[in-house]
Amino acid sequence: MTNLLAWAGAFATLCFTAGMGCAAIRLLKGPSAQDRVLALEVFYSNAMLLLVVLGVRLGSTLYFEIALLIALFGFVGTAAMAKFLLRGEVIEP
Amino acid sequence: MNAISLPAWAELLVAVLLAAGGVIALIGSAGLLRLADFFQRLHASTLVNTLGALCVLAGSMLFFTLTARRLVLHEILIALLVALTAPVASMLLARATLYRTGHLPGHERS
Repeated sequence: MTNLLAWAGAFATLCFTAGMGCAAIRLLKGPSAQDRVLALEVFYSNAMLLLVVLGVRLGSTLYFEIALLIALFGFVGTAAMAKFLLRGEVIEP
Repeated sequence: MNAISLPAWAELLVAVLLAAGGVIALIGSAGLLRLADFFQRLHASTLVNTLGALCVLAGSMLFFTLTARRLVLHEILIALLVALTAPVASMLLARATLYRTGHLPGHERS
């Protein structure tokens, strides 16, 4: 791990943090409910990629599993909220 | 930082992939913040899930393959999951928006 890779990792971390900031602003001020759901989706995607970059920077494969879990449960949350917006309830009888 | 040294070309490639993924994800997120309409924002935010995630996961895969000196492919799991779920989520959100607003932007009902 020399200088170039460390700088690229720091730059990518900065980019993903800024992206999470953008998504958080949209999440707070989004005019409609679907904007907020979309902002949450972008937020968790950025967080997942941030964890992957963190795993590369620290040279550890442990962060991969956290990223996998975030991807999985983020999709479940987005799908549930989109279904709720579409039909008014998540699990229909 | 660990003491494992990569060959120079691999280090350059991993660095470029990570930085490109960061820039692409930042472009997508800034588009989410700046664009005017929900469907435009949906269009911008797909960038994070497709090309940004692909670049970062390819860089990570290359890095761990070269440092472990064997084939490490577990990032493919995330890539596959994202590639399968991102279109479904976008589709559900677009349908929900269409249902809630009743029309596409620019096609208002009279």
